[in-house]
Amino acid sequence: MPFRYLEDVATADAAFEATGETIEEVFLAAAAATVNVMVEHPEEVEGGEEISFELEQGDLEMLLFDFLQEIIYLKDARRLLLRVESVDIDMKATPIRLAARTRGETIDAQRHRLLTDVKAVTLHRFGIRRDDRGWTATVVLDV
Amino acid sequence: MTLPSVIRKISDTVWEIPVTYKQGMIVPARIYCTEGLLSRMDEGVFEQVTNVACLPGIINYAFCMPDGHWGYGFPIGGMAAMDPETGVISPGGIGFDINCGMRLVLTSLTYDEVKPELPRLVDALFSRIPAGVGSTGFVRISRDEFRLVAEMGSRWCKRNGYAWQEDLEMTEEGGCFSGADASAVSDKAVERGFDQIGTLGSGNHYLEIQVAKPENIHDEETARSFGFTLPNQVAIMFHCGSRGFGHQVATDYLKLFLGVCGKKYGIRVNDRELSCAPFRSTEGQAYFAAMKCAVNMAFANRQVILHRIREVFSSIFHRSPEDLGMRMVYDVAHNTAKLERHTVKGKKREILVHRKGATRALAPGMEGLPDCYRETGQPVIIGGSMETGSYLLAGLPGGEETFFTTAHGSGRSMSRHQAKKLFRGQKIQREMEERGIHVRTASWGALAEEAGPAYKNIDEVVEATELAGLSKRVIRLVPIGNIKG
Repeated sequence: MPFRYLEDVATADAAFEATGETIEEVFLAAAAATVNVMVEHPEEVEGGEEISFELEQGDLEMLLFDFLQEIIYLKDARRLLLRVESVDIDMKATPIRLAARTRGETIDAQRHRLLTDVKAVTLHRFGIRRDDRGWTATVVLDV
Repeated sequence: MTLPSVIRKISDTVWEIPVTYKQGMIVPARIYCTEGLLSRMDEGVFEQVTNVACLPGIINYAFCMPDGHWGYGFPIGGMAAMDPETGVISPGGIGFDINCGMRLVLTSLTYDEVKPELPRLVDALFSRIPAGVGSTGFVRISRDEFRLVAEMGSRWCKRNGYAWQEDLEMTEEGGCFSGADASAVSDKAVERGFDQIGTLGSGNHYLEIQVAKPENIHDEETARSFGFTLPNQVAIMFHCGSRGFGHQVATDYLKLFLGVCGKKYGIRVNDRELSCAPFRSTEGQAYFAAMKCAVNMAFANRQVILHRIREVFSSIFHRSPEDLGMRMVYDVAHNTAKLERHTVKGKKREILVHRKGATRALAPGMEGLPDCYRETGQPVIIGGSMETGSYLLAGLPGGEETFFTTAHGSGRSMSRHQAKKLFRGQKIQREMEERGIHVRTASWGALAEEAGPAYKNIDEVVEATELAGLSKRVIRLVPIGNIKG
């Protein structure tokens, strides 16, 4: 997944930049970066549990915020580590609509190589921008 | 690191950035640290502390403590007091982990008595106190009962047999911020946290068994008053907060404030993380009531963990916790906003103090201290990295300028990602074992992220607080056992 962690931003937390040619790709990359803060080798997380959710937001940036926040919410409320399989974003709708399909499993400290709990998505330097090559999102997670 | 060119030396430990530095600054920013610490401070600190100086109603200065580092909204180590009538409340001045804090517990055991049992003790603590991503606690309660926990804090624990009466007296604000209102809290927040009472969490959250070696006692009389009376006495220190519940409360209100800050109240902020509302507004008061719920949940969380610690020590040493002298020294909160009475321009008045990664440190004789600490000042518990040691300090009268606030920890000097590239958890564990520190972790990767060299030098940080007259060193505590989330 195209993301890289930023070394020199918010030292105590976890900052990353995610990229994608399409808006859906950048959302997927940002989700992968978020999950990868919590677990090493997220590809080893089995996909027995399927969770789909839909979100609406007036603003694209806040849609990304809510999307990442939902993954964090499900980690605590349902104890699930999730891989986002697909995201559909309807930019023409008002408000903007997102439908996500995720797969994952209950956190198992014996099997999963767990790292650091993500507490929240912060709005510090948070943003999503588009240029000739596609989309880039910058996110600082509180850990 | 490039320092702002306009930074001015006020004293050996106080540095000021004037209001001319940035448009919108209402007050200057003051950073408390030595020249050495200042030269190594992240540039984010200067950006963030001067953003805080622009918040409406800020009184005197935007402050940063010696352990200050780049956070979000406020710097970590940041503090700002607001006029409650004209000022704002900002979740970015408190943090997502509301009432993340430290608790220190005594034993009447010495290192020689604990040493033979240490591996068993660390294993038992690790198995009885859940840590790491997604862990849940042993307290099984309904969502409605959890809302009671959020309103009552440690008092709920006392009622349910998880606390001694004196534990409440040794906790900031008696272990319960009054005015907590669970109706201000979302169902989502409850859903995230109702089964997490008694869990450590991860990141920089930990539990340590520590020793007060005679050569590390800086102030014998105060150490004695804090309960350290034996050579090589063993104590337990731990750091954790309000878990998913507090994180969700902060997120919910950050979003709410983002919507009203500019649009409804016309407040312009330099960082959306500083979104805020007037303290006296409906939104401000709702957040204040919800934040107090998270504060109380964190007190209850630490109290239930203490209950488990007492059970473990009791089962290993076959003596009651009372007989083992397992009394609390104190419990301090790091991430809170609180109405406190302080002297402002010569007059005693109520102000709203935001502390984010900063510790209240009451001086001797002040209101709010338990009777046993009236002569000594408030115990201040400062956690260092897991490899180096921690400190017990005491509040000083010199804290008046910072509204009796001091540092909270050593502060990171390296990103987690970088630490993971440089260190290996298994190797750290082996090396720490060789040095007599038994470590159990929920995650090798998380252990690597918390390696000693990823943190600033704790000695320098606490020395700076002492030189600045904010708090004085009482004991340096060294680890012999560590549990990491």
